[in-house]
Order: sequence, then C-alpha cells, then structure tokens
Amino acid sequence: MSEVQFLNVHKDFSGMEVLKGINFTVESGQVVCLIGPSGSGKSTLLRCVNHLETTSSGTILVGGRMIGYEVHGDRLIEAQQKDINKRRSRIGMVFQSFNLFGHMTALENVMMGPVKLLKVPKAQAEAEARELLTKVGLADRTGHYPAQLSGGQQQRVAIARALSMKPDLMLFDEPTSALDPELVGEVLDVMKALARDGMTMIVVTHEMGFAREVADVVAFMDGGVIVEAGDPNEIISGPQHERTKAFLSKVL
Amino acid sequence: MTVSELPITAAARHDFAELASRPVLKRKRPGQLIAMVVVGLFALMGAYVIVTNPGFGWPTVAKYLFDIRILSGLLTTMELTAIAMVLGLVIGLVIAVMRMSDNALLRGVAGAYIWFFRGTPLMVQMLFWGFAAVLFPTIGIGIPGGPMLVEWNTNDVLPLFVAGILGLGLNEGAYMAEIVRAGLMGVPAGQSEASHAMGFSRMETLRHVVIPQAMKIILPPVGNETISMLKTTSLVIVIGVGDLLYNAQQIYARNLQQIPLLIVASLWYILLTTILSLVQARIEKRYSRGNTIQARKA
Repeated sequence: MSEVQFLNVHKDFSGMEVLKGINFTVESGQVVCLIGPSGSGKSTLLRCVNHLETTSSGTILVGGRMIGYEVHGDRLIEAQQKDINKRRSRIGMVFQSFNLFGHMTALENVMMGPVKLLKVPKAQAEAEARELLTKVGLADRTGHYPAQLSGGQQQRVAIARALSMKPDLMLFDEPTSALDPELVGEVLDVMKALARDGMTMIVVTHEMGFAREVADVVAFMDGGVIVEAGDPNEIISGPQHERTKAFLSKVL
Repeated sequence: MTVSELPITAAARHDFAELASRPVLKRKRPGQLIAMVVVGLFALMGAYVIVTNPGFGWPTVAKYLFDIRILSGLLTTMELTAIAMVLGLVIGLVIAVMRMSDNALLRGVAGAYIWFFRGTPLMVQMLFWGFAAVLFPTIGIGIPGGPMLVEWNTNDVLPLFVAGILGLGLNEGAYMAEIVRAGLMGVPAGQSEASHAMGFSRMETLRHVVIPQAMKIILPPVGNETISMLKTTSLVIVIGVGDLLYNAQQIYARNLQQIPLLIVASLWYILLTTILSLVQARIEKRYSRGNTIQARKA
C-alpha cells in the first residue's frame, strides 16, 4: 500500500507559515500533479513527504504509517534517524537539478543504492541497473559521468537511480524545469511510462499538457493551501476559484 | 559622401586573393628579445658566481651530502613530516565536522581551537611543547581535584620527538580544518539531499558522496601543506630534535663550514619537495574522476 495522506500539515520557516493546514489523500496507483505559483508551498509539501523538510504540526502517512515522526505520549516526536532512513529508501525522489553523484558514472549512480543499502550482490545490481538504464533509453550511456550527459539524459539517469530502490512511491520536484525545451519530452515520456506501470506518483510541475494527459488528480496550491483539486480536465479547463483562474491564464 | 565615392587607398590596391593563399608571418617582438638577453645574462652571472666562489665549498658539499648524520637527520625530517601531516589531517577532519555541526558548543570549541592555533606563532607553540614538563611535571589519569590513578614523569613520556610532532601536528590541524571545511562546503547541498532521500545516513552520505567529491577540492591545498610541512619541520631545532637542519648545524658548529652544510640541507629539502610535487600531481589526477575538464577532453 502506498496511499499518501496529508493530515492538517502545517509548516513554518522561522515565523513564515508556508503550509497552512494541508488535508489531502493520494490513492495508491494515482498520479497527482501539484500546480501553482512559485512560493505557494508545493515543493515544500513534496519535501515533507520523505522528511527532507520537517513539519510544524499535523502529519503525513505513507501506506498508513508516519514518516519522520512517532507518537510520544499525546504528542508527535521526530523519529530516530535510522527509522527515517529506512522509510525514505521506499520513496524515490527526483529533483529539479538532477543531483546525480558527480564522481560516479551513470551505471554506478544507479547501482549505488541497491549495493550499499539493500546489500544486493554487485553482479545482480549491475544487471538490474543496466536494465533500468535501458528502460529510460540510456543503454549506451552507462559509462558516462553526469558532466558528459545532457540535462535530459541526467534526469533520466536520476529517475533510474530512484527506481533502483524499487520504491512504492515516486516524488518529482519540478523534474523538467531545468531542462532545455527540446529535452523536456524525453523525460516526460519516461514518467508517462512509469505512470502506465501503475506507480504512485506526486509530481510538482508546470507542464500543464503532462498534467492533463497523465494525472488522475490535479491539485492547485496557492498561499500554503490546496485551493482546489480534482479531475485534470475540469481543473485546467474550468477552474472554479479566482486564484486558479488567474494562475492558469498566465501559464496556459 | 557615400561609400563608393571614397578615394582608393593603398591597401585597396593589394591582391587579397593572392595574399590569402600564403601563410601569415609572425611579427618580431624586439622587447621580448631584449628581456631574454638581460635575464639570460643575469642567470649566467649567477651560475658563474656559484661555480667559482670558493665560499660555496662544493667539494665539502659533496663530502657531506651522504654523511650518515645528514641521512639520519633526513629520515627524522621525513618521519616528522609524515606523522605531523597524518595527525593534522585527522584533527582537521574532526574539527571541520565539529565546526559544521548544529550544536553551538561543538562549533564553539572547534572555532576556539582554530583561533588559538592559528593565532600564535608556531615557533612559540613548539617551545611550549618543549617546555611542557615545566608546566606539567607529571601527567596521568585521575579525578580532577582528587587522587591520580596513574602518573608518569612528563619528560619520560614526552620525548622531544613527540613534542615536535605535537607542535607541528596540532598547528597543522587548525589549518587543515579550514581546508577540509572548504572542501565539504564545496560539494553542492543537492548531493547530500539526493543521498538522504535514497535512505543513506549522514555518515554514509559523508563517506560515499561528500568526501569523495570534496577530495578534489581538498587535495591541491593538502599537497601544498605537505610540501610546506616538510620545510616547517626544521623549526624543531628550537627544542633540539635531530632533524636534517639540526644535524647539519651540529656538523658546521665543529668544522665551521656553514655555507656548504646549509647547501647540503637545501639540496635534500628541494629533492624531497620535488618528489612530493610529482606525487601530488598523480593523486590529484586520480581524484578528478567525473569533473568537467576531464569530461570535455573525453
């Protein structure tokens, strides 16, 4: 089960409230696109899911279990680091700036997690890594270092690296925002294939075409709240709220 | 006046098609030639003086170059360099990680360490360790303010060689801490974040992701520090450790051949720094895996 439940999630950065009570559920196998203006809190919300950001109050359940916190009396307390690490390893994350490990080849980047964390034998990890790189269309780039790859290729390696841990859930933080326009398509294609395979995905994006085509639910965020959420076509073509209308009129 | 009405200049009469078919000439630069002659003359004069001035005592240099006292001093110098650098690196790594800690006390202690060891002359620190027995006649393990459990005479457990190592290594640690810190901070935060997101712990992230990439930032200055340390070890003469320079001094104190023996010491120092520079270049090449310059060449 990889259902994600946001229960009254609040977050403030030194007095500035960036998440003001998020209540939302992502069903297992769903693709949810978070859209909204910059500073609306969508990336922060995504980063709270694997505890890269702490929350101030409220909680997030992944597969019915909390990540980053445990119950202590009648309060929540930050969980032990090793428990957090364990939960994180089941959640794949893809960043805007790829963040491939610069001193490792594409193949080594994809092998690293299984070998060091899951203790998979090297030969088996390498075979699986090659398979994943083939799946994202980079079978001929396994020996290349990140600096020798285009942005689109790096991002596809990053997706393969996240998939190498066999995650239940994938988080995408503006995966195509740092790419040249002609490279966006190759990354979105990999993500579409992943969605077809039934992966649960939460995607922060500005790609309305992708959201309309692939998402089961589009959630529009502004000012730290989810303003409206629902069927992509309904939200994108017929938004109900003024703020959604204003935002969409600028990006479409 | 329009362009077509311009008078035909001398240049315009050249046959450019013809000129374009021939290679370009290199323009002579007379200033460079003069500089070459002047510098060349100075170099010759220098060489002439070095060869002909009997004060340099080349035969004496040859006689002492492989003297057993010089060679044993050389060994001591190499030992001091190696052990002090290892100590400096370990202290530097610990202090750098402490300095980047969330904990204010750890940060403060690390800051104070760097402040103290960088703020006082190394010569003074060296003398301090040499005279440590005055400050602490005995050292041991016990309860503060209470009885001692074990106790040793400071001069027995802290021979001059160890005092020299402490003087050099503790001081080096302060400089190394800043070098290591610069290296760790030079690795983009996204690298650690990606590693944490995969489920790696802080230590694993440091070991597998951050340190390997920090190495290429850290290594060039560490190479410089090692080369610098090789020569700085000569400061141990103030507490009487028998290194290369000390032994050379001991010899010329008797035979009064100061210049030749200083040349003997210098020749060994320069040979070792040359070797260290070559080793440095090799190690740096090894750790440059995946950097952009290498990538462009490939």
